[in-house]
Amino acid sequence: MSHSRKFQDCSHVIFDLSWAMGLMIEVSGLRKSFRSRRGRKATAVDAVRGVDFSVERAEIFGFLGPNGAGKSTTLRMLATLLRPDGGDAMIAGADLRRDPGQVRKRIGFVAQSSGTYGHSTGRRDLVLEARMYGVPKSAAQALADGVIAAFQLGDFADRQINTYSGGQRRRLDVALGVIHSPQVIFLDEPTAGLDPPSRARMWQEVRRLRDEGMTIFLTTHYLDEADTLCDRISIIDSGLIVAEGTPSDLKREISGDVVVVDLAAADTAGVPEPATVLQASKVLTEQPYVESCETIEHTLRLYVDSAATAIPQIMRALSGKGIEPGAIETRRPSLDDVFLAKTGHTLETG
Amino acid sequence: MKLARDTWLIFQYEVVLLVRNPVSIAITLIQPITYLLLFTPFLKSVMGVSSYSNAFQIYVPSLFAAMGVYSGLFAGFSLLGAMRQGVVTRHRVTPVSRVSLLLGRVLMYVLLVVFQCVVVTVAAFAFGLRVQPGNFLFALVLLSLMVALSVSIGFDLALLVPNENSLGTLVNSASNGLALLAGVLIPLSVAPLWIQHVADWNPFAWGTNGMRSIFQGHIGASVVWEACLVMGLVATVTLVLSSRLFSREIA
Repeated sequence: MSHSRKFQDCSHVIFDLSWAMGLMIEVSGLRKSFRSRRGRKATAVDAVRGVDFSVERAEIFGFLGPNGAGKSTTLRMLATLLRPDGGDAMIAGADLRRDPGQVRKRIGFVAQSSGTYGHSTGRRDLVLEARMYGVPKSAAQALADGVIAAFQLGDFADRQINTYSGGQRRRLDVALGVIHSPQVIFLDEPTAGLDPPSRARMWQEVRRLRDEGMTIFLTTHYLDEADTLCDRISIIDSGLIVAEGTPSDLKREISGDVVVVDLAAADTAGVPEPATVLQASKVLTEQPYVESCETIEHTLRLYVDSAATAIPQIMRALSGKGIEPGAIETRRPSLDDVFLAKTGHTLETG
Repeated sequence: MKLARDTWLIFQYEVVLLVRNPVSIAITLIQPITYLLLFTPFLKSVMGVSSYSNAFQIYVPSLFAAMGVYSGLFAGFSLLGAMRQGVVTRHRVTPVSRVSLLLGRVLMYVLLVVFQCVVVTVAAFAFGLRVQPGNFLFALVLLSLMVALSVSIGFDLALLVPNENSLGTLVNSASNGLALLAGVLIPLSVAPLWIQHVADWNPFAWGTNGMRSIFQGHIGASVVWEACLVMGLVATVTLVLSSRLFSREIA
């Protein structure tokens, strides 16, 4: 009797320990499929096909992937909005499947669409939001004042929300998501549709939350957002995680340089024959210094050890076949190159 | 306790937003007042009622029932709107009680329709309606049950048919059928027998008959307690079903 109890206590300590050691999100084998109807046939669409990842405390973790890759579905499962078909997740020490109520208390969630009535005001919704977490009225008003100051919403917090600009509205959305000081905040495409100054502003707010000790999980289909904002990212495509790491580590995996050869003629702006593109791709793939070659419309993306020595050889190889490239440029590998190497297609073209 | 607090919270929030837009409330009053002023004379001559006071005693409760059925069934559109704007999603990620998200909204509609009916009664009073204050309050209780029932049917339809166009057609047909078979224009007592038999299966018909009896001062009539029982039971069952439907995953 005392023995088994000791064991239980012990397991409890271990369970709390992994959380205390700093893993705020631990996900294993999470899956979700939807039934969709096309005409009379009902087919199952596997939106998320078993993802594993973990996020540490006070980290900005990003899910990078094209639209329809399963980012939002994963996020909605972790935010208790969708029931997973399989897999497990612990969020801030609470079990997603056994105790979604505890998860809700510990997280904040900002959806892609705003989630406020246009004819309400920012302050009214902030107070309601705090009260929905069980905070008494006067304390809720104080919390609303706090986030209005922190997110600089003071100029418009008492105006109707449908008068807000896109950036102001998004800042209110995030303020709503964090008013109860959650341990983890989920942001679904936090800067989609924002102009550059508003995006920069949003990034600044997200970093501030991280510096205050909050763990941030966000989805994005913007390369620069994943690259500069996130501490660590997972690349997700067709419901599977294809790569994970810090942006710089991932880029380092793509050794050497990237040479981009545009086959469209510079002077006439004419698009080359598909046969020409195919031939150029074949010739260059055969070159020993080219590690791999990907074709994107009429440009070729070559991965080489050193661009400086490769470019003259590329020129020679192409003119040997009578092909005149319109432009050649060289750059350091980007996350898009990582994406291309892992999935076989670029993020932009989907 | 948490259920009551959360329901109150959502109710309060929705009511404040409603009150902030008095024009929209005023617009909802145009139709019932028009019917009150233009339809009561028809009813008086068709039914051969002796005085306007008696005609109002018959028609005002019908108008209550009509407002209860129509406002309730059309409430589904506002739920769809809230879902489209992501408001429901945002509330569902908080620990707030799921049932409260529904009940708070239902109560907001109860309050709205009760308010409309008070205005209609005051207008009818000016034209000669006479009703005991106690009986009037009792009628409002019965009306509240009717609204709770119709709103929860309206929410069910919106959750099952989450498409504004199809929902419009569906709600229109459903509400017209339910209202006519509740005798909201001409009392069912003058309807053909088969219609009366069909109407026995319409809970709103029981409610309407009950309210009419109350307005005529027959508060002890069996139709009154039968109406309360039927409305109470059906409303409870529908609310439970709605909250189940609502708590299920909404993608």
